[in-house]
Amino acid sequence: MNLAVPVDKLTPKDFATDQEVRWCPGCGDYAILKSVLKTLADIEAKPEQTVFVSGIGCAARFPYYVSTYGFHTIHGRAPAVATGVKLANPDLDVWVVSGDGDALSIGGNHLLHLLRRNVDLQFLLFNNEVYGLTKGQYSPTSHSGTRTPSSPRGSLESPLSATALALGAGGRFVARAIDTAQAYLPGILKRAHAHRGTSFVEIFQNCLVYNDAVHAAFTDRSVASERQIMVEHGKPMVFGKARDKGLRLRPGSLALEAVTLGEGGIGESDLLVHDETNRTLAGMLAAMAPPNLPVALGVLYCNPAPSYDRAVAAQAAAAKSGEGKLADLNTLMRAGNTWTVEA
Amino acid sequence: MEGSAALESGNRPRQELESAVVRFAGDSGDGMQLTGGRFTVETALAGNDLATFPDFPAEIRAPAGTTFGVSAFQINFGGRVIKTAGDHVDVLVAMNPAALKVNLTDVSAGGLLIVDTGAFSDKSLRKAGYATNPLEDGSLGDRRMIEVDMSQRTLDALKDSGLSKKDSLRCKNMWALGLAYWMFDRDRGATVKWLRTKFAKRAELADALVTVLDAGHAFGETAELSGELTAYSVPSARLAPGLYRNVTGTQALAWGLIAGIRLAEIDMVFCSYPITPASGLLHVLAAQQDPGIVTFQAEDEIAAACSAIGASYAGALGITSSSGPGVALKTEALGLAIATELPLVVVNTQRAGPSTGMPTKTEQSDLFQAVFGRNADSELVVLAAHSPADCFDCAVEAVRLATKYMTPVILLSDGYIANASEPWVLPDVESYSKFPVEFRRDPEGFQPFARDPVTLARPWAVPGTPDLMHRIGGLERDADSGNISYDPANHQRMTDLRAAKIAGVAKDIPDQDFASPPCDGGVLVVGWGSTYGPISRAVSDLRDQGLAVSHVHLRHIWPLPKNLGALLRRYDRILVPEMNQGQLVTLLRSEYLIPAEGLNKVNGKPFLIAELVSAIRARLEA
Repeated sequence: MNLAVPVDKLTPKDFATDQEVRWCPGCGDYAILKSVLKTLADIEAKPEQTVFVSGIGCAARFPYYVSTYGFHTIHGRAPAVATGVKLANPDLDVWVVSGDGDALSIGGNHLLHLLRRNVDLQFLLFNNEVYGLTKGQYSPTSHSGTRTPSSPRGSLESPLSATALALGAGGRFVARAIDTAQAYLPGILKRAHAHRGTSFVEIFQNCLVYNDAVHAAFTDRSVASERQIMVEHGKPMVFGKARDKGLRLRPGSLALEAVTLGEGGIGESDLLVHDETNRTLAGMLAAMAPPNLPVALGVLYCNPAPSYDRAVAAQAAAAKSGEGKLADLNTLMRAGNTWTVEA
Repeated sequence: MEGSAALESGNRPRQELESAVVRFAGDSGDGMQLTGGRFTVETALAGNDLATFPDFPAEIRAPAGTTFGVSAFQINFGGRVIKTAGDHVDVLVAMNPAALKVNLTDVSAGGLLIVDTGAFSDKSLRKAGYATNPLEDGSLGDRRMIEVDMSQRTLDALKDSGLSKKDSLRCKNMWALGLAYWMFDRDRGATVKWLRTKFAKRAELADALVTVLDAGHAFGETAELSGELTAYSVPSARLAPGLYRNVTGTQALAWGLIAGIRLAEIDMVFCSYPITPASGLLHVLAAQQDPGIVTFQAEDEIAAACSAIGASYAGALGITSSSGPGVALKTEALGLAIATELPLVVVNTQRAGPSTGMPTKTEQSDLFQAVFGRNADSELVVLAAHSPADCFDCAVEAVRLATKYMTPVILLSDGYIANASEPWVLPDVESYSKFPVEFRRDPEGFQPFARDPVTLARPWAVPGTPDLMHRIGGLERDADSGNISYDPANHQRMTDLRAAKIAGVAKDIPDQDFASPPCDGGVLVVGWGSTYGPISRAVSDLRDQGLAVSHVHLRHIWPLPKNLGALLRRYDRILVPEMNQGQLVTLLRSEYLIPAEGLNKVNGKPFLIAELVSAIRARLEA
């Protein structure tokens, strides 16, 4: 008789490596790492089936700190490497960790096509609106006017919205969170993991050294509850410390507006209910910014579709020819017009 | 010299030729590649040795009738061993004035021109840039000419077919093919069968094409009876016994890669981005119905290389393919594969450059790029195929070395090899030695960068394997654990180990031999890649004349075979012909401190045998 041997569940600590973490003290990456390790333990990830792939940048050091398989690749190319991993073995559980420069500047093209193809993996974009590892240049998500060593008189470029880009590229799972949100970040990561296809999560991350408090306008404790809204599928969009504010469509216009419940006869039934399968709504939520509207967090969009790697594997499995033996190749090469020269 | 068989007019019976060079030339929409391809199949089935050379413009459909829209297909076939597509053209089939204009200079004195007079209108003459009609102004020299209104004869043959005039005229390449079949006594059976299969769903079109093919053939028979035309026969060649097929470089390379993964007992993930002239390999592999072959059309060249690396990391063999400008984009990724010591095969089907250069024209100017073209000390293995059929064994060798040594291997082909074809004795792949990959599974004492003492290869430990979890990356890593290391001594050690691993490949490849039995003294000709055909013919022609010429042709470009230095030092005069400005010759001079001399040509076309013969003669007489 076989006895079921109880296996101790792995803890977050079991998913950490013995490598010294080399982010700056106080970096938001520590908090994200903590949430990811907790998530891996919560979902009972198999270390041998899990792969972390990264490009270049502060965030890209991530794989060295997780005791699964890890591949620290080259700048911007992690989505391409990860796609190859999934093509070779779709059963692997792949996480890509990237930053705003890595994913949106040098690797923008690959991110676009990763989302379009819907390769089954989790893509975490740590957005701190600055290049950290190269010592503080402005990035594609930096606000216009950001003063950095490469833009001493203020950057002249308009920033890119990572979430809007993910939706525009056809992403099927798009979520947003804040680095220190231990309370809900693991939950979002769990949902990302459960979703089949590319699960895109933008994480607002603080760079203490080069861009401190860049997200403070909506993350600072004093304003957070008034300037953030956590959206949840099927629930009315309510926010505010007193849960007295909400979002609705401005009458006669395709625009969102923040309203106060009870003012002018507005009740909860007047508020929008979040529908995470509505891409148009997700786009409107992604575009919201203080001071007039809160920053939308949570799962903005989730609408599954078949993943690329599974479709490729299905097509290969349906292939006509047998087991791919050498003899099959001999047959293949002898098909068509051949002739014999006698000795 | 090849392609010099002068065709002389005469009467029946068929005049026997040792070999002949035929070129079909027309507008890029005239179906000349298809025509040449079918002629090649029937010629191969007739037992001739042959070599082909498709020459087409980069523009898919350049404006009709212009010289830059001319597409041509050349075949040299004979009853003797054929090494090249021929220096000169014996028979030019020209479907319009532009085709005549572009190709006339290659037609030998006394050669035969077959022109479609129906396409020689004032308008088309103007488009081709002719001020006067070359058929009438005496500008064609002493070439002989058959003037036939192929267009009208095609229309006549199809007057009851129900096809429109436009559609009917699109069949006229079959008329020319039918005439060529008659002229060289080729069977039509395989062509008819092929047409009926290809157009199975459009029976009326298949009927029309066969009707026109027969009409062209019948024209020949009738004209022969009246003494207007001469018919030729080319006896079958005395080829080595065996089962043959005709094969292009692209096809042989694809099969070689498949043979390689079967012998290695792993799957293939082939990642590529479309680029001329390399895309054919993606097409052939994508068409395979084989569960062990996945093809991926990436978003760009970089993604193609990186996804191939990801596939190798996960336990398949990642292969990427491109041409020079695309390989340039893959450079950083190659560095990653070198640093992380993952197997990877990179096929470079070279073309004329720099930059976009001449995408459909051949060149072998990426040798430096392959051997040296990366940042830092970053060695890898470089192989070069010398003919269409040779691509097969080179591809097998590339897979063997990549998987055994955990290294990227660059396999150099070129636009000529990829598109040209030749008869090939079909190998029995089941008789090849297997080289099964052994993935690391044992966690006992596992270190990601601990090396095999003989090959210096690190273990291939793939995700999914229990208890072998580890991290790798582009940052310099500890010589054992693979953890990030900035230790100065470790970097020195790792750099030395990476170089020693590649240098050690030389112990695992055959000693360099001569391409044909050598002479002592005289001139040694050293070649690589697609110059094999013309060099070997030039050398054998000179040897027939009693001159002291020897030929070495390199497959292994890096590392070089370990006996090569000693072999080269036996000769005082070494000539290195290359379709570049002198790349292999520079490598040989720097490696062996020998006074090798280059012979260089970059006009987008293969060497002519005559060019090599005169260059070698000059060195013999020096």
